[in-house]
Amino acid sequence: MLSSETAQLWLSTAFSLKNFGRVFRIVRLIAFYAGLILLWHLVYKAEIWPSYVLPGPRPVFDQVWRYIDNGILFDSVYATMQRMFIGFGLAFVIGMSIGIANATIRWLDETLGGLVHGMQSLPSITWLPLAILWFGLSQTAIIFVVVMGSLFAIAISARDGVRNIPVLQRRTAQVFGASKLQTIRYVTLPGMLPSIAGGLKLGWSFSWRSLMAGELIFVTAGLGHLLDLGRQLNNISLVMGIMIMIMIVIIGLGADLLLFWPLENWVRHRWGLAAA
Amino acid sequence: MSTFFSILDAVRPDRPRTRNAENPEATRRSDVLLSVSNITKRFKTSRHDTMALQDISLDINQGEFICVVGPSGCGKSTLLNLIAGLDDPTSGQLVFDGKRVEGSGADRVVVFQEAALYPWLNVRANVEFGLKIKGTPRSERKDIVDRYLELVNLTKFDKAFVHELLGGMKQRVQLARALAVEPRMLLMDEPFAALDAQTRDVLQQELQEIWARTRATIFFITHNVREAALLGDRVFVMTPGPGRIKAEITVGLRRPRDPDTHAVVDFAAEIRSALQNDEYTGRGQEGNFAI
Ligand SMILES: Nc1ncnc2c1ncn2[C@@H]1O[C@H](COP(=O)(O)OP(=O)(O)O)[C@@H](O)[C@H]1O
Ligand SMILES: [Mg+2]
Repeated sequence: MLSSETAQLWLSTAFSLKNFGRVFRIVRLIAFYAGLILLWHLVYKAEIWPSYVLPGPRPVFDQVWRYIDNGILFDSVYATMQRMFIGFGLAFVIGMSIGIANATIRWLDETLGGLVHGMQSLPSITWLPLAILWFGLSQTAIIFVVVMGSLFAIAISARDGVRNIPVLQRRTAQVFGASKLQTIRYVTLPGMLPSIAGGLKLGWSFSWRSLMAGELIFVTAGLGHLLDLGRQLNNISLVMGIMIMIMIVIIGLGADLLLFWPLENWVRHRWGLAAA
Repeated sequence: MSTFFSILDAVRPDRPRTRNAENPEATRRSDVLLSVSNITKRFKTSRHDTMALQDISLDINQGEFICVVGPSGCGKSTLLNLIAGLDDPTSGQLVFDGKRVEGSGADRVVVFQEAALYPWLNVRANVEFGLKIKGTPRSERKDIVDRYLELVNLTKFDKAFVHELLGGMKQRVQLARALAVEPRMLLMDEPFAALDAQTRDVLQQELQEIWARTRATIFFITHNVREAALLGDRVFVMTPGPGRIKAEITVGLRRPRDPDTHAVVDFAAEIRSALQNDEYTGRGQEGNFAI
């Protein structure tokens, strides 16, 4: 479905800094965070709280560096992202299938559709006890939690995405004698994309939250586990450092920029500004 | 008045002659392509019970340009959907090309009023769509698409996306997409109704030329009587819902026709009076009108 031209567009829009306005905004952002670290340093220097409550930036970065140096941090980021992508990928495939099925089969929508809405109202972390009882303290359990976190948000937005395809676009496929499969492949799948980006983002953030909670509680390796290790060692610098790393992972490797922004940009390019 | 029409009707054989030059078989008047007999269509839901069409019968010959006019809500689109096989009649039957109509197929393709193009595909890919569905090999598709893009004067815009096109261009893309699969019959549901007057004039002329070149059979819905008089070989006039055919007017004018000539304007007036007058019983001696 994606031509090389499209791939180029993804890359160039995701990474290009041609635009001066964007360069300026990035510089301003860097200045903001530098200021924040300076402020932190000043508060630390004022010695309002003891250093085992509020460490300075220096020991925190030292801790982070130590864990980068010994490779544990990268292993943890890797383990966490692996769970995230496997779980989110599964949720994407299953959620899209449920959503498309609900949008096209009326009786399914009237039964399963309601259940999906109900499940979506469950905070995703509530799946954790069930996951532990079913799968034990295992990789499967944590991936299950990640899947359940985003599955319903994706299914709901996929269903709405299909429903939002103008009737005449689907009827056109019928006019040319398209089979059910051809209609899904050539009309339903591409046509639902403008409405699905929101659901993917929502699902991604739900999954992320339940993954962190899960790692914190029971799974070895991963950023959440490292955080819990810091607590056990009473090492506040490590805890704060890992929290900063988690933010960086989310913002830097995060979904918005790499995964969803190109999608939204593609939609804007094809559908025009009105759609995005 | 009816002698006036019979005189014009006598001129009629002129039209087939120009088109016969390429394929005499295709335009023989007696070749019935579509036969609609005693069609009724009723929409029954829990809240509404609408009789959309009542006892419609008509024959359409190979190569004819048929126009249908009628007030909005009278069942024109319903009739078109039945012919396209997008819906089934409540009673009666449709026979297309000797076979009973069951479901849709690329031999009867529809051009809708708007919003039927795919925004994620560029113009070329939109025109290619029907061929892809049909399974035409990739190597052949490019030439076919090029040919039809040229036919509708869109060669230069083949890379454009739908949101970048003006209304008239979108309709040309739809036309090219429909013609590319070489349907036996082209069904057009008020294709020019959403366009401004000037664009509509241009597209009407282009459609006349395209029809002359492709020898397609066209079933064209409009609520614009001038458009019907300009384009149609025969014009069916429908009653307000439940839709029945209250008049059939044969427009026996030479082609290409000019919308500003008296003859076209007179036919338009005749269609309008058929449309407006409840007791319209104009029945031509030569069978120009039928109830
Ligand atoms: N799918 C449908 N369900 C219920 N009623 C319908 C449906 N399609 C059309 N109708 C009704 O049938 C009548 C004819 O509609 P339509 O064929 O769209 O009219 P036109 O195209 O002449 O404006 C209208 O009263 C309309 O409300
Ligand atoms: Mg209509």
